[in-house]
Amino acid sequence: MEKEDLRKELKVSAIENGTVIDHIPSESVFQVIKILNLTEYQNQLLIATNLDSQKMGKKGIIKVSNKFFKSDEINKIALVAPSATLIIIKNFAVIEKKKVEVPDYAEKIVKCFNPNCITNNEEITTKFTVIDKKELKLRCHYCEKITARDNISFR
Amino acid sequence: MKNKSLVSINDFTREEHVRILELAGAFEKRPKQRILEDFVVATLFFEPSTRTRLSFESAATRLGARVIGFTDASSSSVTKGESLRDTILTVSNYCDIIVMRHPREGSARFASEVSKVPVINAGDGANQHPTQTLLDMYSIRKTQGSLDNLNIAFVGDLKYGRTVHSLVQALCNYNTTFHLVSPQELKLPSSVKIDIKERNLVYHQYTELLEVIPKVDILYMTRIQKERFSDPLDYEKVKNAYVLRNNMLESAKANLKIMHPLPRVNEITTDVDDNPKAYYFTQALNGVFVRQALLASILGVVD
Repeated sequence: MEKEDLRKELKVSAIENGTVIDHIPSESVFQVIKILNLTEYQNQLLIATNLDSQKMGKKGIIKVSNKFFKSDEINKIALVAPSATLIIIKNFAVIEKKKVEVPDYAEKIVKCFNPNCITNNEEITTKFTVIDKKELKLRCHYCEKITARDNISFR
Repeated sequence: MKNKSLVSINDFTREEHVRILELAGAFEKRPKQRILEDFVVATLFFEPSTRTRLSFESAATRLGARVIGFTDASSSSVTKGESLRDTILTVSNYCDIIVMRHPREGSARFASEVSKVPVINAGDGANQHPTQTLLDMYSIRKTQGSLDNLNIAFVGDLKYGRTVHSLVQALCNYNTTFHLVSPQELKLPSSVKIDIKERNLVYHQYTELLEVIPKVDILYMTRIQKERFSDPLDYEKVKNAYVLRNNMLESAKANLKIMHPLPRVNEITTDVDDNPKAYYFTQALNGVFVRQALLASILGVVD
């Protein structure tokens, strides 16, 4: 992390133990909260957005105390925030830093872009296979149409 | 294939496709066998498709099965607001297999996940219509002796026709050379071309119909629909460019057969019907044998 980033990060208090999700595009912060089901979270949760970032212009950051995500759980956010960095904190120290990875499958969170897909007309959990991680292309398990980065939206 | 649903052509392996085609051949020799007397087949047509429904019902009845169902959504509880899930859960109590046509894409996959009995997709919106694909494969194999190494032309609306997309994908298993004849506006989508390229197969694109005729073993005609064009003038320009007339067939190979998923409007003139190369009505008949094969093997009466 660059020096400037470090200084900025201090605008949001440090956490003792837990996960910091950094470099979230500002517009995706609330989507990430939703995907990770943090609206119901009972421990300390620090959220900041529209922070200045050298890399990204504006960015958001989320600090989740006492929470260590399983990788399939956290990788879902790569669909909205492919640039996100995960920082694992224990006793105020950085234990691990990694990039999120686009998962092989996406359930529930993505909406099929095809208006005539059955999932947009009945109560059905959406399921997608990620067929291209780089370009972000998802094939709907039901209608078999491809939802791509340009037309992706979330439930 | 016992108890296996058929939603998408890729749900069955190449070996399973071949097995269905072989079984269909046996039913063509003996179409009336009362092997499904103990079974109830439900045909749920949430949108009307008389041809497909009659073909399935003919297949089931010729094998002695009882057929129940509805012919369009207005005569079912869908008009009362029942969800597809509830309809399927209820109907699957009453039958041994469901044949379903529905206007929404993905409906058949969803039904197969909810249903207690296997589901055969008879068309889900613009997505899949696998029994049409199998009957097309049966027709090609029967007229050409084999599915391997053929030159096959697809003519007309290659962009929106699900029949074309599924058949192209299925033929990618058989070293086919594809000849794609369409107006610029209605070319085969790149997602289907990717499937061809992934198998290292060759496709040629044309805008003229005449030049492709001497090159191919199968001429698969489709209807160009006016509503596919945003500008009616564009339609007027192409509507007569993809019409097959009998005098265009002089340069054709001896083994050429003309196929069409039907209904035909004007894209094949009626003077072609008497030409021995015209195969579209026999193709429709073959659908009954293929559907007999599917019902019998999914219900576990034949292996």
